[in-house]
Amino acid sequence: MSGWLLALIQLMIFVLGAPFLVIWIKQVKCRLQNRRAPSFAQPYRDLGKLFRKQVVLAENASPLFRMAPYIVFAATVLAALTVPLIAIKLPTAAIADMLVLLGFLAIGRFFMTLAGMDVGTAFGGMGSSREVSLSSLAEPALLMVIFTLAMTAQSTNLSSVMQYLLDVGVVLRPSLLFALLGLMLVAVAETGRVPVDNPATHLELTMVHEAMILEYSGRHLALMEWAAYIKLMIFGVLIVNIFFPWGLATDATLPALAIGFAAMVFKLLVAGVVLAVAETRLAKMRVFRVPEYLNLAFLLALLGALSHIILEVGV
Amino acid sequence: MALDLALYAVLAALISSAVSATAFRIPAVLRFLAFPLIGVSGACGAVAGVMALTDGSVLSTSLPFGLPWLEWQLRLDVLSGLFVTIIGIVTFAVAVYGPGYVREYEHGSHPLAQLGIFTGLFIAGMFLVVLANDAFLFMISWELMSLSSYFLVMFHHEQAANRRAGFLYLLMAHVGGLAILLSYGVLATFGDGFSFEAMRNAPLSPLWASVAFALAFIGFGMKAGLVPLHAWLPEAHPVAPSHISALMSGVMLKVAIYGFIRMTFDLLGEIQWGWGVVALLLGSVSALLGVLYAIQQNDLKRLLAYSSIENIGIIFLGLGMSMIFIGTGLPALGAIALVAALFHTFNHAMFKSLLFLGAGNIVQRAREQNLERMGGLMIRLPYTGVFFLIGCVSIAALPPFNGFVSEWLTFQAALQATALENGVLRTLIPFTAAMLALTGALSLACFVKLYGVAFLGQPRSRRVRHARRTALGIRVSQGLLAVICLLAGVFPNTVVNLLNTIPNMFIGTDLAAATSRGWLWLTPIAPEVASYSAPLVLVGILAAWLLTWWFIHPRGARGVRRGPAWDCGFGPLGPSMQYTSTAFAMPIRRIFQPVWGIEEKIEREVDSHGLRVTSISHQQHIYDRSWATLYEPISRWVLSAARRVSRLQQGNIRVYIAYSFFTLLLLLWVIS
Repeated sequence: MSGWLLALIQLMIFVLGAPFLVIWIKQVKCRLQNRRAPSFAQPYRDLGKLFRKQVVLAENASPLFRMAPYIVFAATVLAALTVPLIAIKLPTAAIADMLVLLGFLAIGRFFMTLAGMDVGTAFGGMGSSREVSLSSLAEPALLMVIFTLAMTAQSTNLSSVMQYLLDVGVVLRPSLLFALLGLMLVAVAETGRVPVDNPATHLELTMVHEAMILEYSGRHLALMEWAAYIKLMIFGVLIVNIFFPWGLATDATLPALAIGFAAMVFKLLVAGVVLAVAETRLAKMRVFRVPEYLNLAFLLALLGALSHIILEVGV
Repeated sequence: MALDLALYAVLAALISSAVSATAFRIPAVLRFLAFPLIGVSGACGAVAGVMALTDGSVLSTSLPFGLPWLEWQLRLDVLSGLFVTIIGIVTFAVAVYGPGYVREYEHGSHPLAQLGIFTGLFIAGMFLVVLANDAFLFMISWELMSLSSYFLVMFHHEQAANRRAGFLYLLMAHVGGLAILLSYGVLATFGDGFSFEAMRNAPLSPLWASVAFALAFIGFGMKAGLVPLHAWLPEAHPVAPSHISALMSGVMLKVAIYGFIRMTFDLLGEIQWGWGVVALLLGSVSALLGVLYAIQQNDLKRLLAYSSIENIGIIFLGLGMSMIFIGTGLPALGAIALVAALFHTFNHAMFKSLLFLGAGNIVQRAREQNLERMGGLMIRLPYTGVFFLIGCVSIAALPPFNGFVSEWLTFQAALQATALENGVLRTLIPFTAAMLALTGALSLACFVKLYGVAFLGQPRSRRVRHARRTALGIRVSQGLLAVICLLAGVFPNTVVNLLNTIPNMFIGTDLAAATSRGWLWLTPIAPEVASYSAPLVLVGILAAWLLTWWFIHPRGARGVRRGPAWDCGFGPLGPSMQYTSTAFAMPIRRIFQPVWGIEEKIEREVDSHGLRVTSISHQQHIYDRSWATLYEPISRWVLSAARRVSRLQQGNIRVYIAYSFFTLLLLLWVIS
C-alpha cells in the first residue's frame, strides 16, 4: 500500500515539477544569451491563467477536438507514472514496461495529430503531417536503444534496467555509450527542441508542435502545453536515471528517498544545462534535414545494439 | 459436438447460397433469408471454434463424398478452432451488416442473386478449408473459396478496371493454387496418401521438405499477399462490395495463414531454421512496403488493402521468428512468437473487417471512395466515426487496444534473440524488430492521415456534406467488432490462454508463465523481465482523464464559446484550403522516395508578359514498383513463349494431320 502511495507522491512531483524543468532550461538559455530571464513562477502563472480563461472553439470543431487534450494529458501522465523518478521497485512500474511507455507516448501523438487536423486549417495539417513523419523515423531509433538496454539487463522493465545498472556500477560499455547518444538525439526530436523544432516559435512555417495546437485556447491549450512539459521531463528522467542511476532509492526509507530526491534534482538540473548549452550553440535545421539527423540517431542506436551483441553477449 | 456445430455452419452457408438463387425474382430474399442464414452460420462457427479452443481435444469425422477410396475427412483441432472462430465472428458481423448494405442494390441493375449465391459458397469454402483433413478436400474447398470470391470481385463488372482486377486475381489465385497442389504432391508421394495423417508420417529428406516448404510458401504467400506476390490484393479487395472486402481482407487472408501454419508446423515435421529466416525477411519487407504503399493511397479501400499486406507481413515476421527459435532448439521462445503471430492474426481479422465495414458505409452514404473529396464525416456519421476511430486506434497499435498486445508480444519474442547461438541471427532479429517499430510508427501516420482527412476537417465535396443516416444493422455490426477489439486488448490473458493450446499441440510447450500472475498481468517470459497490465492501463487513462476533467472544468457559466477558426488570423477558411491526403503524405514520400515509382507532372501557365503564373496543374501518379521489376518481365516472357509456340499453328489442315500422325507414331513407339 505504501508503495502505491509513494508512486502517487512521485507522480505529483513529476507532474508539478515538469514546468520547473522547462523554466530552468529557459533561465539557463537566457543567461547564456545575455537576456533577462522570466521568473521561475512564469510557467505556473501561464498555466493558471490559461485554466481560468474561457475556451474559444472553432465552429466546425468536432467532439474529438475537445476530447483530445484530456486524452493526451492522461496518456502522458500515465507514462510519467511508470517512469521511476526517485525510487525504483514501485508497484506502478510493473503496469508498463519500456515498450508500453512508447505506446503511451504514441497515444498522445495520435490524438494530438488528429486534433491538429480537426479544424481544417492548413497549419494544423502541416504540423500533424510533419509530426507523424518525423516521429516515425525516431521510433526505430528509440526501439533500438530500448533493445540494447533490455538485452543488457535481460528485462524491458524500466525498474529492472535501472536496478541492474545500479548494481553493476560504472562499467564503460560501448553499447551503453552509443545508446545514450542515440537516446539524446531522439529525445531532442521527440520533445520538439532545437535543432529539430523550436518551442519558442510562433507563426513560423517551420513549426511542428506549435502548428498542431494553434487552434487551442484556455484550459485545452493549458493541458496540451503541460503534457508537452511532462514529455520533456520524461525524456530527461529517462536519460539521467537509466544511464546515471546513482542515488535512486532502492528502499522506501526516508533518508534513501531524500537522497533520491536530491540526486534527481541535481541530475535533471545538469541535464537542463546541457540541453540549454546545446540549444544555444545550434541553429534550427531545415525540416528535410531532420531525417538525416534521425538516421544518425538510428545508426548510433544500431551500433549500440550491435556492439552489445558482438562484444558483450556471453562475455 | 463442436465439429457438428462447425458442420452446421457450413450447411447454413450452403443453404443461404441456395435460397439466394430465388433472389432473381424476389430481391428481398437476400435481406430476410440469406443474410440471417449466414448469421446462423457465423454464430455456429464462432461457438464451435471457441469450444474447440477451450476443450483442446481433436475431433475428426468423415463425410461420404469425394473419391471412392478417400472419403472427405474433417478434423477440428485447436488450430482449426482458432480460424473457425475468426471466420465465424467476422461472418456474423457481415451478416448483421449485410441487410442494410444491400438494400440499395435491390433497385439497381446488379443481380443480387449472384451476390448471395457466391457469398454463401465463399463462406462455406473458407470453413471447409480449415476443417479439411486431407489434401483432396483441402484443394477442393480452396478452389471453392478462390472461385466464388472471384465472382464477388467481379460484382461491379461494368467497369473495365474491375474486370482487369478480377482477372489478375483469378490468375494469381490459380498460380498459387498450383504451387500448393505441388507442395501437397511432394508430401503425398512420400507419405503414400492424400490424408494429412499419412503426410504427417511421411519420411521426408530435408531437401524434399525444403522443396515442399518453398512451394507452400509461394502458394500460401501469394494468397496472403506477401510482397512481392501481392499485386492482386490491392486491385481485387477494393473493387468488391465492402462486406466482401471485409471477408476477403479480414478472413480469406487468414485462411492462407492457416494453410501455411498447418503445412510448416504440422505436416512437414522438423522445422528448419532457414525457412524461418525466409519468412522473417519477407515478412518484414512486406510489413514495411505494405505500410509505405498504404500511406500514399488516396483511395479509401485501396489504402486498407495495402495495410492488410502490412499486417500479413507482421504475422509472417512472428511466424518466421517462431520457426527460427524452434529450428534452433528453443521451443519455449518459439511458442511466444507463435502466440504473438496468432494473436495478431485474430486482431487483424477483427479490426480490418471493422475498418472495411466502416469504409463500406462511407462509400455508400457519401458516394465517394476518394479521400481527397471527403472530410468532416465524424459529425455526419457519428457511429461510424466512433467505431472507425476504435479500428484506427487498434490497427495503429495503441494501448490498451488489441493491436498493441500482439505487437508487444512480437517485440518480447524478438528481445529473446540473444539466446540464439548464431551471431547473424542474433543480429538479424533485433534489426527486423527495428523495422517493425518503423512499420508501427508509419501505420500510425497512415491511420492519422486516413481518419484526419476523411472524418475531421470540413467536407471537400457536396455529396460528402450531405452524408447522413446509417442503418441499424450497419451500426450494430461495427459496434460488435469494435467491442471485440477493446475486450481482446483489455483482457489479453484470456486470449493468450486460449491460444496457448496451439503451441502446446505442435511443439509441446506453451506460455504458462504469461498468465501465471492472474488476469491482471501479462508476463510472457517472467514477471521481472516484462509485464503489461492492460486493465490497469485502461483504468489509469480513464482515471487520469476524469480527474483532470473534474479538477479543471469550470463550475460556473464560463463554458465554451464558439467562433470562427483562428488560423493565425488569415482569412476565412474554405474546405479546399485544408491539408489534403496527398499533402499529408508528402514528407514521407520525400524521405522514402526510392520505394515508389512516382510520376509527377507540373504545368504552369503564365500570362502574356511571362511574369505572373495564372494557373498551375499538378498531376501525380504513384505506381507499385513490383510491376516493373517482376510482373511485366514475367508477362513479357510468357507472351513471347506463347508467340514461339504459336508458330506451330499453320492454319493448314494437312499440317495438323501430320502433327497427329507423328504424335501417334511417337506414342506407339513409347508404348511398344
